This record gives sequence, C-alpha cells and structure tokens, in this order.
Amino acid sequence: MTAVEFTHVSRHFGSVRAVDDVSLTIAEGSFFAMLGPSGSGKTTCLRLISGFDRPTSGHIAIFGEPVDDTPPNRRAVNTVFQDYALFPHMNVRDNVAYGLMVKGQSKPQRYAAAEEMLALVKLDGYANRKPGQLSGGQRQRVALARALVNRPRVLLLDEPLGALDLKLREDMQTELKNLQQSLGITFVFVTHDQGEALSMADRVAVFNDGKIVQVGTPHDIYEQPRTRFVADFVGSSNILPPRLTQSLGGPAKWASLRPEAVCLTDGPGKARGIIEQVRYLGATNHITVRVGDQTLTAAQSATKKLHAVGDQVGLSWADMALHPMDEA
Amino acid sequence: MSIAATLSDRFWRQPRLLLALLLVPPLLWLGVIYIGSLLALLLQSFFSIDEFSGLIKYQLTLKTYGELFRPSNYDIIIRTTVMAALVTLASIAIAFPIAYYAARYAKGRMKVLFYVGVMLPLWSSYLVKVYAWKLILAKEGIITWAMTGLHLQWLLDAVLALPVIGGNSLSVSYIGTFIVFVYVWMPFMILPIQASLERVPATLIEASGDLGAEPGQTFRHVVFPLALPGIVAGSIFTFSLTLGDYIIPQIIGSSRLFIGQAVYAQQGTAGNVPLAAAFAVVPVLIMCLYLWGARRMGAFDAL
Amino acid sequence: MRSDAPAPLSLRLAATGGLLFLHLPILLIFLYAFTTEERSYQFPPPGLTLQWFAVTWNRPDVWQALGLSVKVATVSTVLALILGTLTAAAVSRARFFGRETVSLLVILPIALPGIVTGIALRSAFNLADIPYSTLTIILGHATFCIVVVYNNAVARFRRLSGGMIEASYDLGANAFQTFRHVILPNIGTALMAGGMLAFALSFDEVIVTTFTAGQQQTLPIWMLEELVRPRQRPVTNVVAMVVVLATFLPILGAYYLTRDGAETAGGGK
Repeated sequence: MTAVEFTHVSRHFGSVRAVDDVSLTIAEGSFFAMLGPSGSGKTTCLRLISGFDRPTSGHIAIFGEPVDDTPPNRRAVNTVFQDYALFPHMNVRDNVAYGLMVKGQSKPQRYAAAEEMLALVKLDGYANRKPGQLSGGQRQRVALARALVNRPRVLLLDEPLGALDLKLREDMQTELKNLQQSLGITFVFVTHDQGEALSMADRVAVFNDGKIVQVGTPHDIYEQPRTRFVADFVGSSNILPPRLTQSLGGPAKWASLRPEAVCLTDGPGKARGIIEQVRYLGATNHITVRVGDQTLTAAQSATKKLHAVGDQVGLSWADMALHPMDEA
Repeated sequence: MSIAATLSDRFWRQPRLLLALLLVPPLLWLGVIYIGSLLALLLQSFFSIDEFSGLIKYQLTLKTYGELFRPSNYDIIIRTTVMAALVTLASIAIAFPIAYYAARYAKGRMKVLFYVGVMLPLWSSYLVKVYAWKLILAKEGIITWAMTGLHLQWLLDAVLALPVIGGNSLSVSYIGTFIVFVYVWMPFMILPIQASLERVPATLIEASGDLGAEPGQTFRHVVFPLALPGIVAGSIFTFSLTLGDYIIPQIIGSSRLFIGQAVYAQQGTAGNVPLAAAFAVVPVLIMCLYLWGARRMGAFDAL
Repeated sequence: MRSDAPAPLSLRLAATGGLLFLHLPILLIFLYAFTTEERSYQFPPPGLTLQWFAVTWNRPDVWQALGLSVKVATVSTVLALILGTLTAAAVSRARFFGRETVSLLVILPIALPGIVTGIALRSAFNLADIPYSTLTIILGHATFCIVVVYNNAVARFRRLSGGMIEASYDLGANAFQTFRHVILPNIGTALMAGGMLAFALSFDEVIVTTFTAGQQQTLPIWMLEELVRPRQRPVTNVVAMVVVLATFLPILGAYYLTRDGAETAGGGK
C-alpha cells in the first residue's frame, strides 16, 4: 500500500518555487530518504506531509486519504525535529507522554507507555531528567520516543543526525535502521548527507531546485545517476563531457565515472596523463590526473604503490563503469 | 467535535483568522484611544483662541502655530532643545564608563551587582528621585553643608554668581535643573550602550591591538563606532524624556519655562488649549527628526 | 567583549563614581524619613525620630491616594497583560504586512514625551465630553504599560522556537492545548515579570496622570502637590521612603524571574 502520495504538488513562496510540481509515492514500510542540497525543497516536502505547510497546488494523500484539509494534529504522522524541539519545561517522561496526554489518556496509562518507549530507545532511568540535562544523542532518543509513542503510521525525520558528532551519528544510523525494521513503520527522512541516505534508506529521492531529479534504490542512484547533478551530488564522480565520452568509445553523451572504478597502470590503459595532486584520505588516496584539458580522479587503496605528483600514468577501468547519462 | 477543536482546525486552514483575533483588541485599543488622541491633539493645534472671549474657535487655521514663533515662545523651544542636547551629552559621558565596565570587566556576582545597580535607580519612583535632589540642592541641604565643611563655600558662591546658569541657590538655578535631568534620565543610557558593547567580540579588540593600534586608537576606531548604535538608542530616551518633562523644571529650576511647562500652563491656567496642543506637537516633530536620523544610523537594532 | 585583564583604575573610578551618583541620593531619602526638622531640608538632621511614621499612618489623604494608585495600577496591569501578550504573539508568530507598524505603535506611547501622551488624551476626553474618573486614568496607564509587557513577552516568544509549537501540533494537540501546555508555561515568567514592571510603571506615573486625573489624587500626584506646595514635609519624607521600598520589590522580583534568560526584564523601561 502507498503510505504517502504527492500528485503534482507545488509550494511557492512568492516567486520562489520551493517545491515545483512534485509527484511521488512512498510505499508502506519503506525507509525513504529525501536527499538534496539546502534549499532544494526536501524539507518543504517533509513539512507538507506533516501539515506545517500547505501546497500551493496539487494534492497529498496519506494512506489513500487526502489530507489537504487536515491540520497537523489530525494526521497519522509524527515528526522528529532537526533541533528535537523538546519541551524545556517538562521532564523526559512528560515530553514522551505529551501526545497521549492531549489525546486524553489517563496518567498511569500514558506514563506506562512512555516508560516502555524510553526502554525501546535505551533511555530507561532518564524519565525524571529535564531536556536541558541530556546530551545531544540522548535528546535525539527522547524526540524519537516522543514521536513513536503515538504509533504513527509514518515517522518523519528532519535531518535527524545533523546535530550529532561523527561517531554518534554512525551508531545512530544503525539503530534507526534496526528500529525501522523491527517496528515496520514507514520512515521518511530528510538529509543533505549522501552517505547517510545511501546507507540507511531503501529508496532515495534526489532533490534539486524544488524538483525530484531521480528516485530509486541507493544502488541505482549511485551506479546509474540520471543527470550530472545526481552523479556529482551522490558520491563524488568524474563527469565526462560528451566529446570525451565519445573518444573513449562511448556514445556522445555526458558520462559519469566513479573514482574507485579507475585504476592507475604503468601500461597505456584507456587514457594517459600526468598526476597533478595526491590527497591522502586514510583508507584511500585520491589521485588527480590531467588528461588533455580534463582532470580525472582515481581512488586507490592507500596500501598500493605510492605515486608522486608529475608521474606519467595510464588510467584504466572496466567498460561498464563508464555510465552515460540520459540527461545533461 | 468540541468548539475548541473546530476553531483550532479553522486557525490552520485560515492562519489569517488567528492573526486577526490576536491583533484586533490591541489595535482597537491603541488605534482608537492612543492614535485617536494624538489626532485630537493635532486637530486642536489647528484651532485658535478668540482673543476677546477666550473661547476656542473651531476653524482650521495656522495662526496658533504662528504664535510659536513669538520671541517668548521661541525662546522656550530653543531653551528646551539645548537642555535636552546637553543632558544627552552628559548622560553619555557618565553612562559610557559604567556600561563599558559592565560589558568588558564585570563577571559573575559583579555583573549582577551592576545590573541591579542600574535597574533599581532606573525604576525607582521618579518623584522620589526629584525629591531627593530637592533635599540635596536646597540652600540648607547637604551640598552647602559639605562645601562649608571643606571651606569651599566661596566656590559654590562663585558658581551661583555665574550669569544665566546661576541663581539664588542650586535648587532654583539651571545648574540644578540640569543635574536633576541628568540624574533622572541617565540610567536609560546605560543598558542600550551595554547591550551594544556586549555584542563586540573580544577578538576584535585583540585584533586591533595585534594590528598595532594603541588602546586609544582601538577605542576611537573600533569600540566607539560599534557602540554608537547603543548610544543613539539611549539618547532617544534621554532626549525625548527631557523634551517632554515639565515637573523637574517646575520643582528645581528658575522661573523660565520649558516646553512641558508651557503646555501645562497653556492648557491649564491660561486655558489656551490650541496653543498647548501646538506646543506639544513641537517635541513630536523634533523626535520624529531624531528618530529618522537614528534609524539611518541603525540605532534600532540595539533596542 | 569580555576581558580577563583587570580594568584600568580610571575606568573603575568612573564606573564606581557613576553608580554612586545613582544611589547616594536615594539613600538620603532614608535618612530624612527620620529627621526631627519640620520646616526645612536642613542637613545634617538636627535629631532623629520615629514619630513621623505614626503621623503618616494616621493620614487619611495618604491612604486614599495609595488606594487609588493600587487600584489604577492593578487594572492597568491586567489590561496591559492581555493586550501586550496578544500583540507579542501576533508580531512574533507571523510575518504580515504592517508588522513593523504594529511594533512601532506599541512603543510610541513611551517613545513620545509623556506630556504629549497626556495632553493628547486630555484633548480627546475634552472633544468627546468624557468626564475625568478613575477610568480615564486607567485608559492612559494601560496604554503606556502595554509596551512593558510586550517587550518581555516578545523576547520570550522569539526564544520559544517555532519548532516547539509545531512539535505540539505534530503530537496531536490543538491550538488551545498548545497554548495551555506549551506556550503559557514557557512565557509565564516573562509575563509575570512584565506585569510587575507594568505595575511599578503605573504606580509611579505622574506626567500623564496629571492630565487625566481631574481632581483625583494618586500617590504620585499627592507627592507632586507636596513638592510644589509643601504642607507637612516630614510626612512627605516618610511617604517617599515607603515608595522607594515598595518599588524595589517588583523590580527585584522581575529581575529574579527573568535572570536566566538571554533577555532580562526591565531593560526597556
């Protein structure tokens, strides 16, 4: 079943088309990522689902029901906010029980549910703390519990890991993924971090300029970017102009070539060039090679032979790694 | 569905409805009572008084405004404006070190002490403050006592003997009026300056020193320009409040009038409401000019 | 612009001197309340006595003026709380045409000299044939007290991140539940501080009041009469001291309520 459906949805702010004629379906039970740079319309789309914003035109349905006239408090969705938006004057227990309280549940009932939910996010024992006494990671968990306790049919997450430091972010990615699988709730999350989108989601929509440029599995998006924008934004890629693609034996189209698919050889390879720059990234080296008036970047395991700037090298790759794109 | 829930849904569908409900009561109040009154005042100032009967002639005329330019009335306007400007300058001079110290050096308990130390006099009863100075400046008061004790009686006499600003005692001289104005309105200058100074990052001062500026140069080229919006914001208060005050010069000062006293006298004993209204428009015009200038200097960001 | 270095001596002297200039005159009031001198402002007081406290206690005119002042300040504060909170909510929650004008309109009654507000109200009462009464005093006071509540509330509304209100809706609360459970607890102390300051402002106001009071006497008007035409100076001394003590309480209370915030009450009188 379709959890969320956008039909030609636009949201304009004056002359700015924040969301421009977007049609989209999000399947029930999926972990859906909206990926794009800031200002690309992904956050506005999320706010349209939660109801904080209303479309200028087009329609949105949640589980088949049109929500064009449904205010946020009547929608079967809950949100984990980017800054968590915990209520500072309530302790953790009351924060988590808030949704049940306004629905009129009795105190013992809602507190029991809150405790249960806090256990789920591994925060048992924190119920009496105020949000101000928690770390960023703990606040994030409270925000999660506060949303999930309402048993939403769709959980919206706005840059959920943006405020956390690197290590915590990685732990949280795994945890969110596990949580989604065990609860079976549809998760829709917004991020500008392509690594996050690829590793957590099972479907990704890439946004640019208020439009969706590509929707697909992480694998599709990465391996078969449809446009230069996707190729460049999702993982770094070598973007080849049509002339070069053709000279390398492909069609006269723009093409993407992932750095990790490029090998340095001492032999002639598919192209030859001079090393301009070597960047050490720990596990890999990124080596920029000038080929004619272009540069190509190759990612090479750092354990391999060290090349120096100025070396003449050959570049080779498997034929299928060169991916011509349908659109510019 | 309950009424609250229905209404809440409507607020979401028509956000303007909620906004209108919020704004209507205050706008009605301020619009009708306050703006209405200001318009009534403006209207009155275009009426005139019949010189024989003393009754108000309800015909629009500029005659009353013309009267403002009679030497005796014109003097009042100039005197008040000059006083307001001097009070403002003196307030800046006294307030700046306090604000600067509080913003740059005071920490923890000291900071609280400074804050409360400014707040209490700022909010203390206006009349009590004026009254305190009546006690201080009186001929038999503490100043005379202190000066006599220090054998400086001759200095006080010399100051009081000065033309224009002197007088029989400090409490009936311009000096007295000036001191009390500064005392009562100066606290309004401290907090805006402090607020603008708090926003100056310490690194800016270090950077200026690093680039070779002497402390004096740093102050003149970095600190002062950045504090200027706060100074202008504070001066709006000191200037406006001095312009419109009629009680301080009435209680402490010579018999020469200030705008506020003229307004009070014209509408009261003289019964010339149109002239009082015209007089009252003067500080409004001066303040509008002042605010316009202040706005161009970005002073409102510091309020 | 914090510095850990000690302040230069000249600056310390200037700052301390400035603060002493602000406080010493008020301290003097406390001394004069006990003086035995009746006719002049003689310093040092020839003797000290407590008798004037008893005399003042038995003065019906003082009690009457005090009663009127408390009544006016209470009603004005309630009105200002309602109107100021509504305006602050509207201005901080939404961007709308004329938003700047509304905030200017609220500030105008204290930005313009008090005498202008005073005579403007008087002109209006005259033109509309409204007789002077407690109500006319309240109309004036509430008008300039709105800004005090507004200033406190608007700062707190801004700090109350939009996210928090959205979170409440998101969790199923309607507008009224959100106000009761999220907005009110978060702006409560700011409103209380604003209310205290509004009360202090109204309790002390004299310039506008002289134009709107007619023959009635609030406590400041009673004091003004005594200043212009002294009848019994020692009673004035005692009243002055009591007024100082009485205004310190709401100021300190307002400070205490808002001291944790980025904005502290009373910054904009």
